[in-house]
Amino acid sequence: MSDLFYKTAGELSGLLVKREISSWDLTQAVIERTKAVETKVNAFLSYNEAAALKQAKNSDERIARGESRGPLEGIPVGLKDIIAVNGEQLSCGSKILEKFNSPYDATSAINLKNAGAVLWGRLNMDEFAMGSSTENSAYQVTSNPWDIERIPGGSSGGSAASVAAGEAILSIGSDTGGSIRQPASFCGVVGLKPTYGLISRYGLVAYASSLDQIGPFARSVEDVAILLQAIASHDRLDSTSIKVDIPDYRTVLKQEDRRWKLGVPTEYFSDGLDKEVGVAIENAIKFFENNGCEIVNVSLPHTELAVPVYYIIATAEASSNLARYDGIRYSHRSDRAIDSIDLYFKSRAEGFGEEVKRRIILGTYVLSSGYYDAYYLRAQKVRTLIRQDFIKSFEKVDALLTPTSPTVAFKIGERSEDPLSMYLSDIYTISLNLAGLPGISVPCGFNSDKMPIGLQVIGKPYCEAEILAIAHKFERSHDFYKEHPKL
Amino acid sequence: MKYEAVIGLEVHVQLNTKSKMFTRVAYNYAAPPNSLTNPVIMGLPGTLPVMNKGAIEKTITVGLIFNCEIAKISKWDRKNYFYPDMPKNYQISQYDQPLCMGGEVEIELPGPSRNIMGKHRKVQLTRIHLEEDTGKSTHHTLDSTLDFNRSGTPLIEIVSEPDLYSGEEAFAYLTALRTNLMYIDISDCDMEKGQMRCDVNISVREVGVTELGVKVELKNLNTISGVRNGIEFEIERQIKVLENNEKIVQETRLWNAERGITVSMRSKEQAHDYRYFPDPDLMPVKIKKETIKRLSNQLPEMPFDKQRRFLEDYDLPYTITSVICPDKSLSDFFEATVSLYNKPQPIANLIANDLLRELSSAGTGGPLPLSECKIDPQHIASLARMVDEGVISKQVAQDIFIEIFSTGDVPEKVIEEKGLKQSSNTTELEVVCRDIIDNNPKPAEEFKAGKKNAINALKGQVMKATKGKANPKIIDEILRKLMVE
Amino acid sequence: MTNTSSIDIEYVANLARLDLTENEKKKFSAQLEEVLKYFERINEVDVTDVEPMAHAFPVFNVWDEDRAEEGFTVEEALKNAPAKRDDQIVVPKVVE
Repeated sequence: MSDLFYKTAGELSGLLVKREISSWDLTQAVIERTKAVETKVNAFLSYNEAAALKQAKNSDERIARGESRGPLEGIPVGLKDIIAVNGEQLSCGSKILEKFNSPYDATSAINLKNAGAVLWGRLNMDEFAMGSSTENSAYQVTSNPWDIERIPGGSSGGSAASVAAGEAILSIGSDTGGSIRQPASFCGVVGLKPTYGLISRYGLVAYASSLDQIGPFARSVEDVAILLQAIASHDRLDSTSIKVDIPDYRTVLKQEDRRWKLGVPTEYFSDGLDKEVGVAIENAIKFFENNGCEIVNVSLPHTELAVPVYYIIATAEASSNLARYDGIRYSHRSDRAIDSIDLYFKSRAEGFGEEVKRRIILGTYVLSSGYYDAYYLRAQKVRTLIRQDFIKSFEKVDALLTPTSPTVAFKIGERSEDPLSMYLSDIYTISLNLAGLPGISVPCGFNSDKMPIGLQVIGKPYCEAEILAIAHKFERSHDFYKEHPKL
Repeated sequence: MKYEAVIGLEVHVQLNTKSKMFTRVAYNYAAPPNSLTNPVIMGLPGTLPVMNKGAIEKTITVGLIFNCEIAKISKWDRKNYFYPDMPKNYQISQYDQPLCMGGEVEIELPGPSRNIMGKHRKVQLTRIHLEEDTGKSTHHTLDSTLDFNRSGTPLIEIVSEPDLYSGEEAFAYLTALRTNLMYIDISDCDMEKGQMRCDVNISVREVGVTELGVKVELKNLNTISGVRNGIEFEIERQIKVLENNEKIVQETRLWNAERGITVSMRSKEQAHDYRYFPDPDLMPVKIKKETIKRLSNQLPEMPFDKQRRFLEDYDLPYTITSVICPDKSLSDFFEATVSLYNKPQPIANLIANDLLRELSSAGTGGPLPLSECKIDPQHIASLARMVDEGVISKQVAQDIFIEIFSTGDVPEKVIEEKGLKQSSNTTELEVVCRDIIDNNPKPAEEFKAGKKNAINALKGQVMKATKGKANPKIIDEILRKLMVE
Repeated sequence: MTNTSSIDIEYVANLARLDLTENEKKKFSAQLEEVLKYFERINEVDVTDVEPMAHAFPVFNVWDEDRAEEGFTVEEALKNAPAKRDDQIVVPKVVE
């Protein structure tokens, strides 16, 4: 069967259950595809063919016994190298964890195993998820499969690129300020950041604890629903994990005929928005309007403050979260240290990359004596205002429609020397992390360079089903999902 | 010039929970190195803390016995600093919303002599908060080694106001803390095992001056007497410095118990900038009124209240109450015994003298715990009753006690088997008494001549002849009767 | 570092236990100046009576009952340790 690697999990799972294909064949096809295109894409930090095929064989045996564990049974799923899997590397794209091998499983990894998925490879990322281009990986630069001169977005660049290139059927990433939605948008795939607390963070290496969430990547909204179903769970190992009833996301997708009330935040259509991106989003909004949805202009007046608030909170939390990489119990140890204090300074200097150092310094500064109230405390208060903006809008509408990113994927190296402009490119995604809300990016067109554009649908807390249905309706009425990059 | 010292104590106490503060792995003192860890304790990337409800309730209980104000909402903060035995390089602690605020600890200062009660006073507390303990570093000549077993153990910090004024007061304060905390069974408070640790802030000022003098921090105080001695030395040292018109340096000093002096740490002490901020991984604690009520209802009577009641209700001497009351199991044992046989004083004597003596000689490395000994309240009640009823003498009771302590036999059995029953058989005793009078004509003559004390010499002889089994009252009667004849 | 600089990079790097090269110090100082200036926007909004938001959703008392569960073996605990001896992790001499 040709091009198995570009089929969706929804299709493949049907073929697997009917035993028209085996997980072994599928996994083999994905491995071969990876080998064929990986020299161009560089999405993987590592992969283990034998381990993947062994899992595939187990899946095939379960299917043969009639013990399939569900729609993920036998489907290769790539993992961002920030999610712990027992016995596997966990580098977070950093030299400081180059030799680290996880002795435990993340809850999401356990959930995937329990769902029968084939865990496939360790995907590249910006070091400790700090970045929007995956250029901050200590190991390699991942390319955008639509144009290998361009970045795939970040920080989950490897997760987005691998799915776009057919090197994985599905993948898992993490999103602190847009790290799933922005690369999904840049690589023309679907990416969802769930409500804070829906997916356990246990085993997700922390960047900014109050913002981090794990989420799925796929080439269809239905596949995102399938993957979300498997990993969403209440977890007593994560105190911020929330107990909520989890609906059957795949079934809910069929409420396509609902006439939603959709909000368009005026602040998201300001000067910084690229013209072609703006047009694609306007078209998407018109589509909903023409299909019986009511479009309402709403205001999120504190939008502009989201970037400074985000960078204060995220770097402050990161400066503390990354203190544990000290070369003592694990992580890179400098061999030039003269005593234990010197060991910290040298190991950390040798192990961390530039962007990580910059954010540690910034975060340490905003928490340091005399500055806490002016930066961190004040940022937390403004964070409250940002959330209130959303709560107010959601009194009037079911969901919000916005661009995912103000631009399409930019060229490798273009912004790497200008941190502030890089930080500003997160403007449409970070407010959701600050407010804890779910958001999905779904392909909504291409620009004149044939680079993908993403539409972001923002939902109320725990209303993943709603935004999945909205995104699904859009996706099924357009042909964007049928297109694949030429590699 | 007269000087006075002002002292504040920061006391850390390990809670005796089954699992650690923020993850469910066990802690115990003597486990092999690094055998009590898990991903959370090692601070592995991706791990997260989960609060221990038991530790929070134990801390609230401590707050309740010291009359603290219990927070309605309490939260967790990260205290950021690097230390090799602290796996995350931040400690989860409580900065501005501790579980308990204010409060007071009743202390007893030494009395004029051992058998007179000393003055009681209440020492003011600032706060009590809960945090996680660090691991343990061992320093060798060339390097250091780390054991993370202790890491993450729940630790409460009890901070006093600068409301102590001498080494003796600090000693009394720590003794009271220890007694109270052991009463509610939240810790074993063994300073040598690090279950209770004490840092001292101490300054000296001229009498009459209201501001505090320059503060010196005193560490390495590993016993309660060490705290007293360290403080006393440090007060003297600071007064001497001031008398020489020199300035006290704000610093940390270590108590050297062997040499009996404090020594400056002389470290390049960096300004502390802990960058406290609320821990995003943990949700705050909301303490309901019902929880406080439930925990209050479980509180035992506290030691000083018990002592006042024992003095009042049982009319016991102060010395005995000061032995029995600080030990909850001992005082419970006492009351259980009294409920079986209502003679508090002889029972208190048997417990404070015989029982404690035997416990301390039976134990290895400290007295045998009461719970492990074979004596129960029934044993002591029977012994006391039999002495009262004249079945055995006090002296025989002591011998029987030693016997039953080691065998666990009931006293009746020992008395029976060894024939220790006190003789009240007047016919038998008359024969003995007559014999003694005949063989000791001198005291007998003296008695007849009116020297009534002379009878004691004869009684002693009778007791000796009967190996203590004779009932002294009956002997007295018989001797008098025989000599009057 | 210039006189107008508001960030004491040496002090902050010391708190963060991070050796920075002279170049990094210069570069970071300048970049952080710019970022901090941008951060000043948060002062434009009135936050009187606004509660700080530490968590996305306010939930209380997320705790476990006090019970002990199995942990790591010594081997698992020390699996990634750069240096070990007698089941302990070895570090260069700790200076107080």
